Amino acid sequence: MSTAIDIRSVVKRYGTTTALHSVGFEIGDNEFFTLLGPSGCGKTTLLRCIAGFEDVSEGQILLFGQDIAGLEPNLRPVNTVFQQYALFPHLSVIDNVAFGLKMKGMALDARRARAGKMLEMVHLSAFADRMPAQLSGGQQQRVALARALAPEPKVLLLDEPLSALDLKLRQAMRVELKSLQEQTGITFVFVTHDQEEALTMSDRIAVMSQGRVQQIGTARDIYEGPVNRFVADFIGETNLMEVDVTAISDGMADVILPGGHALRCPAAATTPGRHHLSIRPERVSLADGGEVTATVERVVYLGTDVQVMTRLPGGVPLSLRVQNSARIAIPAPGASVSLHLEEGAARLLAD
Amino acid sequence: MIGVFLLIPVLLMAVYSFLTKEFRGGVIWDFTLAAYDQFFFNRGLFGDEPPVIEWTYISIFWRSIWQAALATVACLLVGFPTAWFIATRPPSQRSVWLFLITIPYWVNLLIRTVSLKFLIRDNGPLNEFLMGLGVITDPLPLVNTNLAVQLGLFYSYLPFMVLPIYAAVERYNFALSEAAADLYAPRWTILREVVLPVVKPGVVAGCLLVFVPSLGAFLAPDLLGGAKTYMIGSLIDEQFKGSQGNWPFGAAVAVVLMTLVLIALFLQARAAAKGARE
Repeated sequence: MSTAIDIRSVVKRYGTTTALHSVGFEIGDNEFFTLLGPSGCGKTTLLRCIAGFEDVSEGQILLFGQDIAGLEPNLRPVNTVFQQYALFPHLSVIDNVAFGLKMKGMALDARRARAGKMLEMVHLSAFADRMPAQLSGGQQQRVALARALAPEPKVLLLDEPLSALDLKLRQAMRVELKSLQEQTGITFVFVTHDQEEALTMSDRIAVMSQGRVQQIGTARDIYEGPVNRFVADFIGETNLMEVDVTAISDGMADVILPGGHALRCPAAATTPGRHHLSIRPERVSLADGGEVTATVERVVYLGTDVQVMTRLPGGVPLSLRVQNSARIAIPAPGASVSLHLEEGAARLLAD
Repeated sequence: MIGVFLLIPVLLMAVYSFLTKEFRGGVIWDFTLAAYDQFFFNRGLFGDEPPVIEWTYISIFWRSIWQAALATVACLLVGFPTAWFIATRPPSQRSVWLFLITIPYWVNLLIRTVSLKFLIRDNGPLNEFLMGLGVITDPLPLVNTNLAVQLGLFYSYLPFMVLPIYAAVERYNFALSEAAADLYAPRWTILREVVLPVVKPGVVAGCLLVFVPSLGAFLAPDLLGGAKTYMIGSLIDEQFKGSQGNWPFGAAVAVVLMTLVLIALFLQARAAAKGARE
């Protein structure tokens, strides 16, 4: 895999506040790469540094081996899909899509033809002569996408492009975006705060918090092997509890659960002592003769699933997800249950 | 309701333009086209020759349109960057800048125009300063020139250019400029292809607000200009003064002026509607 973007120890400061603390990683060619994190984590700042709307304070950004630090945005072969779309209100849909081609000096007929093709690709051919204000949010979103893809950029940057859409549309657009990326073979750098979006579309995800990259990996890597408390908590649901670690070796730890049950699980931490343990609720099951006993506190009906909130001895909460199936009897609040921790349910975190 | 009160004086003026003039001012209620005839045609000293086109007033009109257009361009060239500057300050500073722009307008227009005349006259501060610096040896003859009238118009109407453009730029979404830059547009192209088209309503409003009153202005041309810079406003003004006045003629000139302005506004509105449809 060749490298599309090489981010080398990028630091971004605004006055006395630091938005990015020495961020560095590589994004491969043809990759669907997601920057995931809560608002204010620096993900949008990093995207804007790649696009050229912000200068980096320190470090380098290489695009296919070329340092683009000093280049104006209009000289960078990357295009952006903006959060609020930023469609030109005075231009028709097709002229919006053709704008980048016009700036690149393509002749009128050629750029109209190409813009028409792009609109076909996003299923908006019938709307070519409308003005942006006459389109729905989802349609504007697709125009913005077509506009950014029309000049065939080497890299497409997407700044929370789905956040303004309603849920159904968002889900449909996820599939559409992913297939567009596969069709065009363009590297996508996607910024979002929505972990579900990140998990469903990305080849790799960089989880960011407070201006630092916490972890980089595939959706599975990050979900099943979070390195720290932040990642475990941010990606999906998890139970976090403090536990005593008696021994660590070869990435496996012996921990004592509240209630006294001893457990061997994968560990990101390297020294014994007190650490946080993450237990994924969908990997815990109700089982007669299970190794852990707990008291049911509350049962929440979620449709496909039922969430059972329990407390371990000592009052430590542990919630689990049970499939809503006729075969499984859901216990009532107050009942004492025994639980089974499946393979990979628990993971010891580094901090 | 307010519309009615705005319309009554205009109708009154239109009616007066078709009446007969009374010496010492006022009108006689006799219907006649004499005022318009006087404006457009010359029938000789005793009014008995075959009519030829009277160029006197038409050329005053032409000169006024020219002066007003120049003042509009000058206001636009200074007003746009000013409005841009104010609109791109942090929100807390904007109101201070707007306040500073409007301060001079608390003073009566007449006073301001007279002050300007004092400022630029032969032994006024401007000439004294330039001569003191040794840039010039003789005072620049500024009063009674086109330049002085331009200066007067510019000074009188600049805020009318700044304020509507400011309102438009303040609402401008700067993500559009970023989007244009992202799509390979250099700085000036962004201004021409994106910024100007989007803030155009503000620019057009500003131009109209400067052009229309400049066209009918009489204080600046009267006080700062001379015979060579005589404008419509002064022509109308004169018709309603003293025993030399001619009310129907003054009203007729005003009606012609208003018709021209309305035609210009109509054409502009039609062009804007066409632009919006495209």
